[in-house]
Amino acid sequence: MSVKSKGNSTVTIFPDWCKGCGICAAFCPGKVMELNDQGKAVVVKEEECISCGFCELHCPDFAIMVRPKADDEIPAVCRAVLEKAARKTDMPADGSAAEKNSSDMEKG
Amino acid sequence: MADMKGTQLIHEYLRHNKKFPHVFCAGCGHGIVLGSLIRSIHGLGLSKDEVCVVAGIGCSGRLAAYVDFNTVHTTHGRALTFATGIKMAKPNMHVIVVMGDGDSMAIGGNHLIHAARRNIGVTALILNNNIYGMTGGQCSPTTPSGAFTMTSPMGQMEQSFDCVELMTAAKANYVARGSVFHVKKLDKMIMEGISNPGFGVVEIMTPCHTQYGRKNKFKTPVDMFKNIKDTVISIERYNQLSEEEQASRIPSGVFVQKDTPSLEEKFYQMAASCQGGA
Repeated sequence: MSVKSKGNSTVTIFPDWCKGCGICAAFCPGKVMELNDQGKAVVVKEEECISCGFCELHCPDFAIMVRPKADDEIPAVCRAVLEKAARKTDMPADGSAAEKNSSDMEKG
Repeated sequence: MADMKGTQLIHEYLRHNKKFPHVFCAGCGHGIVLGSLIRSIHGLGLSKDEVCVVAGIGCSGRLAAYVDFNTVHTTHGRALTFATGIKMAKPNMHVIVVMGDGDSMAIGGNHLIHAARRNIGVTALILNNNIYGMTGGQCSPTTPSGAFTMTSPMGQMEQSFDCVELMTAAKANYVARGSVFHVKKLDKMIMEGISNPGFGVVEIMTPCHTQYGRKNKFKTPVDMFKNIKDTVISIERYNQLSEEEQASRIPSGVFVQKDTPSLEEKFYQMAASCQGGA
């Protein structure tokens, strides 16, 4: 394995996918993440990240992405996830969003 | 897809028309197993069409709905029988069966030991969380003696099954045990299990905080992960311990690895010889 160096990676958390189990915050060797007052993980000390990948491997909800700082472009597939989450929150409050979700659930 | 890794890789294999995040509780290990399964299949270089994921009923049964392979969500305990049929009809397909501990060892117990006896070329992942999680937390065949569950409020009195010993005795070709804390080892075990001929079993120790943890003094999902980190140790370290220390630990690693020809291999050989002799 290469030498672990700090500050070479970016940690992204998809807040809509995070369920706040706290595994990432508890086991992170650099204490990069914390749980906020809503119980979701947030990045507080990104410069301490040694890019070990523990959080990425152990997040049960695939909500954390650690990538080198050099790639400033978020991968297309993950960007789609973020955009979908943003669209959901912007939906009109006439119940159409709720209907869509329930039909998704039935499809299983 | 060659240079992808981590979350990006997993997102590529998910069905994006399903509702996300998935249904598993916060801190459930099933999500980690799903990630491990995807990484193993990607690591072996298999295409999505070459893989069939068969799942039974229970929390683990939901796993098949989220991945973009050929998937079947089957009846309770009968996942292995469906998988046997698929493997015999399509011997080149990699059939992976995902079952919980109750699904595989209680209701499907007979199917499990006979699949191992027949040595059908299927890989079974047994997600052992020591309890029936989805139906309200009844004690399962793998609940440890003395553990508290919804149906054993004074402590479980019965003995528990050891999946590895059961499968070794039933002559499965590949038997391994991993945990969701030691993910890289788990990836390796699943890859070996898929590439090994014959019946492969990987038992995966995974936490159920909602039903098991809360009744057994694990206050948070993190406590359950710490418990798994401490109790699940490698076989080499396990063998060096004294008997009292062994009682509270769980050995992990590869227990059996054989090359006995699988059932479908023998069947197609026999079919060829019958056609040649006619």
